[in-house]
Amino acid sequence: MPNEVKIIGILNKTDGELLTISSVNLLALNIQEMKTIQEYFRKLRRDPTDVELETLAQTWSEHCKHKTLRGVIEYRRQTVDGRWQTETIDNLLKQTVIRSTKELNLPWCLSVFKDNAGVIDFDQDNALAFKVETHNHPSALEPYGGAGTGIGGVIRDILGVGLGAKPVINTDVFCFGPPETPFSSISEHILHPKRIAKGVVSGVRDYGNRMGIPTANGAVIFEESFIYNPLVFCGTVGIMPKKYIDKKVSAGDLVLAVGGRTGRDGIHGATFSSIELDKDTEISAVQIGNPIIEKKVTDALLQARDAGLYNAITDCGAGGFSSAVGELGEECGAKVYLDKAPLKYQGLLPWEIWISESQERMVLAVPPGNLTAILKIFNDENVEATVIGEFTATHNLELYYGPDKVADLDMDFLHNGVPKYTRKAVWKEVKHKEPDGRRQVADGGKNKLGITLKKILALPTVASKEWIIRQYDHEVQGGSIIKPLTGADNDGPSDAAVNRPDLNSWKGFAIANGINPRLGLIDPYWMTASVIDEALRNITCVGGDLQKTALLDNFCWGNPNKEEQLGGIVRAAKACYDAAMAYGTPFISGKDSLNNEYSLKGKSISIAPTMLISAISVVDDVRNSLTMDAKQNNNLVYLLGDTYNELGGSQYFALSGHLGNNVPKVDFLKARALMISLGNAISQKLVCSCHDLSEGGLAVAAAEMAFAGGLGMEIKLADGRWQMADKDKNDTTILFSESNSRFIVEVEPKKAKAFEKAMIGTSFCCIGKIKSEKNFIVKGLKDKNIIKETITALKEAWRGTLKW
Amino acid sequence: MKKPKVLILRTAGTNCDMETAQAFSLAGGEPQRVHINRFIEGEAKLNDFSILAIPGGFSYGDDIASGKVLANELRYKLYEQIRAFAASGKPVIGICNGFQVLVKSGLLPGFETIDQELEATLSFNDSAKFEDRWVYLKSPVAGRGSRVKCLWTKGIKKIIYLPVAHGEGKFIPKDKEVMDRLKKNGQIVLQYVDKKGTKAVYPFNPNGSVENIAGICNPAGNVFGLMPHPERHVTKYNHPQWTRKKLPEAGDGLAIFVNAVNYVLETGK
Repeated sequence: MPNEVKIIGILNKTDGELLTISSVNLLALNIQEMKTIQEYFRKLRRDPTDVELETLAQTWSEHCKHKTLRGVIEYRRQTVDGRWQTETIDNLLKQTVIRSTKELNLPWCLSVFKDNAGVIDFDQDNALAFKVETHNHPSALEPYGGAGTGIGGVIRDILGVGLGAKPVINTDVFCFGPPETPFSSISEHILHPKRIAKGVVSGVRDYGNRMGIPTANGAVIFEESFIYNPLVFCGTVGIMPKKYIDKKVSAGDLVLAVGGRTGRDGIHGATFSSIELDKDTEISAVQIGNPIIEKKVTDALLQARDAGLYNAITDCGAGGFSSAVGELGEECGAKVYLDKAPLKYQGLLPWEIWISESQERMVLAVPPGNLTAILKIFNDENVEATVIGEFTATHNLELYYGPDKVADLDMDFLHNGVPKYTRKAVWKEVKHKEPDGRRQVADGGKNKLGITLKKILALPTVASKEWIIRQYDHEVQGGSIIKPLTGADNDGPSDAAVNRPDLNSWKGFAIANGINPRLGLIDPYWMTASVIDEALRNITCVGGDLQKTALLDNFCWGNPNKEEQLGGIVRAAKACYDAAMAYGTPFISGKDSLNNEYSLKGKSISIAPTMLISAISVVDDVRNSLTMDAKQNNNLVYLLGDTYNELGGSQYFALSGHLGNNVPKVDFLKARALMISLGNAISQKLVCSCHDLSEGGLAVAAAEMAFAGGLGMEIKLADGRWQMADKDKNDTTILFSESNSRFIVEVEPKKAKAFEKAMIGTSFCCIGKIKSEKNFIVKGLKDKNIIKETITALKEAWRGTLKW
Repeated sequence: MKKPKVLILRTAGTNCDMETAQAFSLAGGEPQRVHINRFIEGEAKLNDFSILAIPGGFSYGDDIASGKVLANELRYKLYEQIRAFAASGKPVIGICNGFQVLVKSGLLPGFETIDQELEATLSFNDSAKFEDRWVYLKSPVAGRGSRVKCLWTKGIKKIIYLPVAHGEGKFIPKDKEVMDRLKKNGQIVLQYVDKKGTKAVYPFNPNGSVENIAGICNPAGNVFGLMPHPERHVTKYNHPQWTRKKLPEAGDGLAIFVNAVNYVLETGK
């Protein structure tokens, strides 16, 4: 054995000693897993090398294997009448998210839950691939590098799906602590939320812009529970010819590593993401990005793909070579010569080379006869490409360092040997404090609701994100049809992005997202239902087609070993199933990021349970798409959908620091019918503008529509129909309730009849008009002016908060 | 008639090459995207093309200064070829990063085809950050404007609307003498204006460029560089307000590409 490789003695160790080995080496393996490994090596009658142990730890990490969501869960839930129901769930993902896709069985889902991204049908020749990843822990420690490599990583997922797709659009969603958090209130070991926000935005900007991929969609949430653990979601859509969807490694193919060199950055990234952060967390787990290398790799790779020079490809993500070669060689076997990998600098130990998560690296399976041709393509683009091994038929993973074999593991054990867990989960409702409605309403004096509206518009979660959006190149590649900012002054908030990936065709797609962690604090089931509804509403608003829409999930939670945390995850997953089945919108890919907790003075601080739903919809003709800005004086304003007393988790309650309990619910089938009717009305060109009602409810959506269009609006609440008991029915609740499945639309008077006909069977009413006088006026239930503000004042309130 | 061959010169970090090629296709040209390595190796020759376009992007990461490395490659590895191309009167355009390359290689202002010393630069935006926004542009007002002889903007008299997307777009001439020469020669091709066509301040001038300069040409008018992206506005569906305005089918940027293609067709260059 070479000096650089250590043998780790485990054969005769006690449980306690095994756990020490795991924690000292940052393996994040639990006792069951350590004992399984011990048993495996006992049968081989030898101790493992450090390379072997590290390989197992990376491959078996929560990040790579999703052990929690694919394990066994004993779930208990308290029903409304206080009784307990129990249920054993074997593989939660398979029982919920993946099951809905199977049961819906839609022909346009071409590759789901098996590759680096989900793939759907696009046009005759092409498919679209979509993936959304998280890069939370790295972004907490080093926001710029963490976010940059987050976007770099998800782009490589797209480059590595099938035989490779061309990235065409990025989406970024962030959750940060409140920007005005006082320094004195946070631990000295963490970065201030504003510092994190600025660093993350810069990281995404510099990576995405340099890659030449437009960042055209996103969301930013500011909430206290993200002070210690920010969330950074990065997504990419790619386009690929359908003939490149499948890959298959053949024994004898060479292992070709292309792109960046291997260094010591990003060691233990995969296992580190499963460990609670604290003040002593090592920063070397964060990778260092270089977007130009990835851009060169992209340019060369697509040429090599089109020339048919390789059989399979995947990216080096979490676990580096270890997971890339491990995945590609799973069905056959692989032999890798670690000393052949090009290094950034000398001195890396063999195990470090093997698991380093240095960026911008891809692994290809190349038939030996194509080697000269493929090396020429990479060389022509100044991209380093090196043969580091070969795929074999041994069903073993064999690693060499110089002449010495430093690892020899059975592929089956490596991929399927991880013991299944049984974890406990529990869910019961928690009652949150309700605000005193009257006091809240009373603090504005005269025109109090106008003041409240301006305050809500200025809340960082609701406020304009223009400061961020403009730093992203959202138009590169020339395919942008509906941009993130829209309206008379190019500064209104678009509901979704519409893009055409082929400049010779008018066919395109829309992408949107839904996220609302405040609802997760009340009930993860209804949060998930709400954000699925939100993503679909956004798609509908721009002219997307609900019946050609696919979803992606991103679960972000705290420590799943805590029963209540896992209980929330179970509830969220069940909502995914119920909603997907009812809307007919399949999940095509997803990801979970658990253990978003921070240990402070012995106490763990968890994030709010957060589900991000991303949606993608094929748009047959992008020239029929729609924006949210008011267009024309005298046009009619309709409210679609039902408004309930659902202020729980609302931004209105956030104003007074409350959460409440009346979480918005969803009637899936009713919502679906409404979206389909509205989609039809839009495609018949009966609608001038359409905006979804989300944070801030009717008041915020209507105000946004008016000021984005540079026009006034007058709405009359007395003309509406409100689904609430008389005792709850008041102007405030109507204006700020965040009930789901609602839209505000603008219709020309001459098309009103046709529009109403198209909407028959759904809940709608005409509540007002667009006005040329630039005032936003709301008449209350008693038909008196309850809000009268200039649209300039409202817009300034909305634009002022995040003007950094 | 044979379609003019357009070279879309690309390198590591070029990222607007596809849509620039598309714009030339729409304009009637025959674009070809070629890596600069092919010219340095001698596998391809600039002279085989009628039009040269250096598209936007972040060539070599813009790590030293925007466009600097690619500019040096042109200046030191392809000097004779690029000098001859520019001197022959064939159309050359540099968009965004391509403009930075033209300025940093001395092809612009190009007082002597390739200036020995750099006469101007493009520096960091006054806002100190990358910004993507749409801007109004106009050729210098009539009278002085009549002397602007840039072949790329021929016949473009009204205000045009294009997006910018850059972090280093502030045009700064070396000194007053250079500025006076630019004016005297009619080399100032496009200036940022506000909605009404009058003098622009931020954000209408998105970067703080001296005298609101958005694009300049060489004294002969065949080499043209600009920060805004004409290739991003070739159809009305690129316009940020196409859902609320009656607009002609062709976007404002298309005319620029059509001008160059027609110039080649008319002159046989």
